[in-house]
Amino acid sequence: MEYRNVLTTCPYCGTGCNLHLQVLDGKLAGVLPAKGHVIADGGLCIKGWNAHAFVHDPDRLKTPLIRKNGELVEATWDEALALVSELMGQVKTQHGADSIGILASAKCTNEENYVLQKFARAVIGTNNVDHCARL
Amino acid sequence: MSDRLSALRQAVERILPEVEGLVALKQGPAGILAPHLYQPSQATELELLALWPKYPVPDTIKMLQKAHPGAKLAVVCRGCEERGLVEMAKHAQIDLANVQLIGLQCTAEEATFCRCAKPFTVHATVTVGEKIEGAADPLTEAFLAKSQEERLAFWKEQFLHCIKCYGCRNICPQCFCNVCALEDGTWVETGRLPMPLPPMYHLVRAMHMTAKCVACRECEETCPAGIPMAIQFRLMARDVQEMFGYETGAVIEQKPPQLLVLEEGEYAKTGLPH
Repeated sequence: MEYRNVLTTCPYCGTGCNLHLQVLDGKLAGVLPAKGHVIADGGLCIKGWNAHAFVHDPDRLKTPLIRKNGELVEATWDEALALVSELMGQVKTQHGADSIGILASAKCTNEENYVLQKFARAVIGTNNVDHCARL
Repeated sequence: MSDRLSALRQAVERILPEVEGLVALKQGPAGILAPHLYQPSQATELELLALWPKYPVPDTIKMLQKAHPGAKLAVVCRGCEERGLVEMAKHAQIDLANVQLIGLQCTAEEATFCRCAKPFTVHATVTVGEKIEGAADPLTEAFLAKSQEERLAFWKEQFLHCIKCYGCRNICPQCFCNVCALEDGTWVETGRLPMPLPPMYHLVRAMHMTAKCVACRECEETCPAGIPMAIQFRLMARDVQEMFGYETGAVIEQKPPQLLVLEEGEYAKTGLPH
């Protein structure tokens, strides 16, 4: 018998509300708000209240999918990343770095978005970086 | 460690070896607390035992009993949480016989914060802290001073702030229906903000809290819009007391009015319209 709470940050937007994930016998069982937290102070929106729901959902993707002969096939991260790097390398060689654009996400942390723009500018060599919150 | 916390720790240390698990608050990262299941084999975790802010621990007990029927549990509960457990037991949500109650009496500051009329336990045989009198509820008093029109305007304005997070329903230990009427499109249209009929959500929920609300005020505390909804629950509790002589959490053997069949003539006594 196990019940504990894990304090974490809501994955749904960049606001940074903290919440507790309730763990019952090793599985996520629900969300509790985090009273006294500097941003949310015990409140959550409807997304935060359901932040646990996708984790054990049977429809959740757990591996990358690569389209082979028109069908999406499960693949390893190594395979998927190697394919992306190969194809993006080809595009860059044939059409130049500015033919590539990068879209960041509001669901990521500042640090992750920082790394992504760094990747766009320093690795690929383009300033084509945008963000879904601006759409 | 405060005197109150060390007294609680002593009580918990005494009871923990007698049960399979004990639900109480635990200090977490950045000083943020959460409910936790302390186990006899991991008694050192009691170093992190904590008091405030309170959390809806009756829900934790329900969750544990559902997964482990028959488990011998204990819980550190305040007055409102004890009332919550009693009402849940009456509605067959938990088995009170398998829960040892450790009553934690609230301080005057805590009772004032909660505008609580009964900041103490009445059933727990083990208690910690001094029992104090209830605190005033200035919000409800101010509401009662308003005219009918002002009251209507007050609620219309308050409910317009609602962001439809369903937090008040989610955190409520007394909201345990398998199918929630508030997810019915008749009352609350999904996928649209602001909701078409802002008061409907709150008034439907208020009706469902009749003779169930235990005045823990978790709904108000979690509301991102700061809607003082406990005012309506407090006044409904007053009416239920007057009409049916029923007070949530007070008498374990007394059935709540919605589980009773009224004898002939009893309905007339309620003063409700025919």
